[in-house]
Amino acid sequence: MSLKDKLDELQQRGLAEIKKSNDLKDVNQVRVSLLGKKGPITEVLRGMRDLNADERPKVGAFANKVRDELTAALEQRREELERAVLNARLAKEAIDVTLPGTPVAKGEPHVIQQIIDQIEDLFLGMGYQVLNGPEVEEDKYNFEMMNLPKNHPARDMQDTFYITKEILMRTQTSPMQARTLEKHDFSQGPLKMISPGVVYRRDTDDPTHSHQFHQVEGLVIDKHVTMADLKGTLQVLAHELFGDKFDVRLRPSYFPFTEPSVEADITCFNCGGKGCGVCKNTGWIEVLGAGMVHPNVLKMAGVDPDVYGGFAFGVGPDRFAMLKYGVDDIRNFYLNDVRFLKQFTKKG
Amino acid sequence: MKISYNWINEYLDLNVSPADLAEKIERTSVEVDGVTQPSAGLKKIVVGHVLSVEMHPDSDHLHICQIDVGEDEPLQIVCGAPNIAKDQNVIVALPGSRIAGNVKIKKSKMRGVPSAGMVCALQEIGFSEDVVPKEYVDGIYVLPADATPGDEVYDYLGMNDSLIDLDVTPNRGDMLSLNGTLHDLAAIYDQPVELDQPNVKESGAAIDSELTLHVDADLAPQYRMRLVKQVKIAPSPMWLQIRLWNAGYRPINNVVDITNYIMLKYGQPLHAFDYDKFDGQDVYVRTATAGEPLTTLDEGEHELTDQDIVIADSNRPIGLAGVMGGLDAAITNQTKTVAIEAAVFEHDHIRKAAQRHNLHTDASQRFERGVNQAGVQDALDAAAQLMNELADGAVQTGTAVGSDNEPEPAVITISMGHINAVLGTDLTQAQVIHILQSLEFTVMAEGDTLTVTVPVRRNDIHIPADLLEEVARIYGYDELPTTLPTGRMTMGTLTTAQKLMRATRHSLEGLGLNQAISYALTTEDKAKMFTMQASEITKLAWPMSVDHAVLRMNVITGLLDDIAYNTARKVKDVALYEQGRVFYREDGNDRPSEEEHIAGVITGTLMPAGWNQPAQAVDFFQMKGIVEAYLQDMAVNGDVSFVANSEMPEMHPGRTADVLVHGHRIGFIGQVHPSIAKQFKIGATYVFELNLQAIIDMPKQENQYDLISRYPAITRDIAMLVSDETTNEEIMALIDKRGGAYLQSVKLFDVYDGVKVPKGKKSLAYTLTYQDKQGTLVDDKVNQAFDKVTQRLEDDLDAEIR
Repeated sequence: MSLKDKLDELQQRGLAEIKKSNDLKDVNQVRVSLLGKKGPITEVLRGMRDLNADERPKVGAFANKVRDELTAALEQRREELERAVLNARLAKEAIDVTLPGTPVAKGEPHVIQQIIDQIEDLFLGMGYQVLNGPEVEEDKYNFEMMNLPKNHPARDMQDTFYITKEILMRTQTSPMQARTLEKHDFSQGPLKMISPGVVYRRDTDDPTHSHQFHQVEGLVIDKHVTMADLKGTLQVLAHELFGDKFDVRLRPSYFPFTEPSVEADITCFNCGGKGCGVCKNTGWIEVLGAGMVHPNVLKMAGVDPDVYGGFAFGVGPDRFAMLKYGVDDIRNFYLNDVRFLKQFTKKG
Repeated sequence: MKISYNWINEYLDLNVSPADLAEKIERTSVEVDGVTQPSAGLKKIVVGHVLSVEMHPDSDHLHICQIDVGEDEPLQIVCGAPNIAKDQNVIVALPGSRIAGNVKIKKSKMRGVPSAGMVCALQEIGFSEDVVPKEYVDGIYVLPADATPGDEVYDYLGMNDSLIDLDVTPNRGDMLSLNGTLHDLAAIYDQPVELDQPNVKESGAAIDSELTLHVDADLAPQYRMRLVKQVKIAPSPMWLQIRLWNAGYRPINNVVDITNYIMLKYGQPLHAFDYDKFDGQDVYVRTATAGEPLTTLDEGEHELTDQDIVIADSNRPIGLAGVMGGLDAAITNQTKTVAIEAAVFEHDHIRKAAQRHNLHTDASQRFERGVNQAGVQDALDAAAQLMNELADGAVQTGTAVGSDNEPEPAVITISMGHINAVLGTDLTQAQVIHILQSLEFTVMAEGDTLTVTVPVRRNDIHIPADLLEEVARIYGYDELPTTLPTGRMTMGTLTTAQKLMRATRHSLEGLGLNQAISYALTTEDKAKMFTMQASEITKLAWPMSVDHAVLRMNVITGLLDDIAYNTARKVKDVALYEQGRVFYREDGNDRPSEEEHIAGVITGTLMPAGWNQPAQAVDFFQMKGIVEAYLQDMAVNGDVSFVANSEMPEMHPGRTADVLVHGHRIGFIGQVHPSIAKQFKIGATYVFELNLQAIIDMPKQENQYDLISRYPAITRDIAMLVSDETTNEEIMALIDKRGGAYLQSVKLFDVYDGVKVPKGKKSLAYTLTYQDKQGTLVDDKVNQAFDKVTQRLEDDLDAEIR
């Protein structure tokens, strides 16, 4: 048998053994037995000494080829087996991906806070300042400077928690407007502000009344501010809070601190304006009060009403939240039932 | 006020549906609470003529009636009303009809006798009991004799009218009357309106000989009376009764009804006295003397004060002015001579009297808002005229006048430029003049300036801004353009404090706490708990309930109330934070100071049990981790330390620490004392409360890049036994101080005080990490440093290195 034949036969046998090997250990044994120092190929190559100079390079080249092919086959087999082992392990590691995820401790902002933040961000973007005033106020700022002198009948409209005759829990956040108006330097530009915060009324708590709730009041005072500007501003606010398809309409109303005074309605979001139980078949829902700042309010704050004027508005985030989410009991906002708080988490 | 659609249409040619009219009113003058048609929902309710009435053989109160309902055969109806009688015209609900409340009436048998329908009381067809004439309250209603059997009853009773319920704002007292409403509608629909002029037929003697008025004109700027003699008290005619009950008033008798009717029409409250009950001929309008008694028409007994205005004869008060008449001089069926009062009372007195005596009447409501001071005599004359026409009264000649201070009409100047500048419109002068004239204002134009004279009845209009409102609303708010303010640019930015408060909320939410908003008004007991500084309490003068009577001086108790609410509803795991104010007051100050606080509470577990992890009950260290992470987020510049505090009465004495920044106490953290927890009916709860204002005011660190070393770090672990009294903080401080230049961090990784540790000792183990930012550290250097620290621990803290 020539060397070449031997090599041929070796290759065939080797390949067959490699094919038969079933684990990495087998593969290793086959490798050692075929290609090791004591293996047949080494032996065959040793026999090359006996060949003549013509044949030696040919057989050498052939032997190398056989060795390379066997090495490649071994490598391939090893990879196959390794992959099989890995696959087997991965198969074992398989989990039920439908099991629930591990809970994460995640806190949420209060729904009223979300609405206040949304309003704040809108007005910040339009160049308004945000001003938070004291919750315990003087009668002077809460009422008198809002054009509500001591005996004004409209004081009955908002029953008040008094602490003393002159000190009270603010019933609105507009006292901050009076405080700011008093100080504002109009040579530095217009006054554009909103004042969000907690307010208090002497009410018995029930589904639609709370002795504590929130308000965001806005004020713009400059030389040329119009009622059309008020209308536009309220429209922007309604679009931000409820969506672009909502219209705003104004109706006459009465507040001592504004003249003209209006109430603003928005399209009923329940029926889209067609009329339903929520809007008492009017297609509109009352959401806020507003108006052009009463000259007395400006005068009392030391601002010349012949030169400056502007608008004010007040919105109730509690009412907004009730309308927007259909919350049927205002007390939910202050009882902090976790099951309630966790309902307003959608941020997308 | 409920205003009748039909009544309006007697004066204006509107040609709009009641719903459209209501919508227009709402959008142009005052709010509308609703529109109702009394007959809505009723079906097959007709006039029946009672042909015969027999007693039911098996009943002591049921009657068997044969009733002609305009059909060939009469209907047999069993009726229980005590007042049913032969020859009456009654209200019959036919078989298949619908009465009030959508109740269906069917043929039935009553105690064996077939009954084809029902004879109805007014309440049964939707009338409120308050407006049903007294004589018919407990029985069926009897229709006029000329009613035609078989006709639907609605028109006989005014039930096809539509009633628009106006919610009149406090400034628009003029809208509390038909006439005021007509003036406004005339402007809105741009139509002229012709109102009735009273035409009183006088007879008899001059009134001066029978009545003398003595009036304090400060209390009653106008006070007038007329006398009507020989009145015949009787029920009012149907048309008048209908007007009244549709407006929500019970018809009583012709004289009283006329006063109510005139009030509805003119907005002028009137009062009818029985003149014969006066003691003498003198009537006084004066303040009451304190303690003087008065029984009002509603039989309410009042002890008057010297702030009340009364109408009095020479002897006693006979009425609480502007609020309600007295019972003593009330109209009765025997009344012969009526003194009609028409007056204007000072509104502030009336408002307070109504409040003081808890008597809010339609009269007081109108006087509070102001009546038409130019129409007092008209209203008085109209009433006298009706008493002549409807009660056969003889109106005595002339009016007794006690005071007569009619105000001058307001004259206001306004420029066209101002109108358009404020409204944002391009109205022409002609447009504006037209609008003002349609309201019956008198306008004089001179160049750009308008001089406007406002009728006295519009007592809400005094200044140019008031005219702006009139122009805007009649022009229509829908017609205004929609723009945004222009003018100088302003920056809209949050203040540092506002930014930090937002950051606080975001940080704590990231750490797993939910934002709560609790009540700031609480009980005195709770207000005083968990306080961080000495303070007087601040009480409300007139709280609505003891639960909300005192201003809080801590935020925690509100959150504990929230936990209690959740616990009571089987919600066991609650993690909340609240950012809000507390109110501290110094003795001698009425007004408290306000301090922003931040507080957190956790009960149960923060991480609920899952299928792959057990629940881990909240403990001190979890809460501490939250506070530490929060303070780190806020970047307070100063060492944060926790110092045990066993002195707070509401807190667990062994599990409470003060939180210090740079040595200043800014709050506390720990477990609520179990006895306090029990008081709130809650389980083990961990809390913290920090002075947020202090955190806002503290200097802060800036973010800064710090080189991350490329060279490897070397760690050494050390375990030691120390005395129980030695704190982690002491050990950490010593290691920090003595650890050498390469010590990067020290981390506690084990605390053990189990059985293998001698009594009075505990075992603590730390990992020390060394690193050189400039090069590779060699073991020798680390060993040297480590040995040094070990030595100091042994020497200074008596530690036994294990």
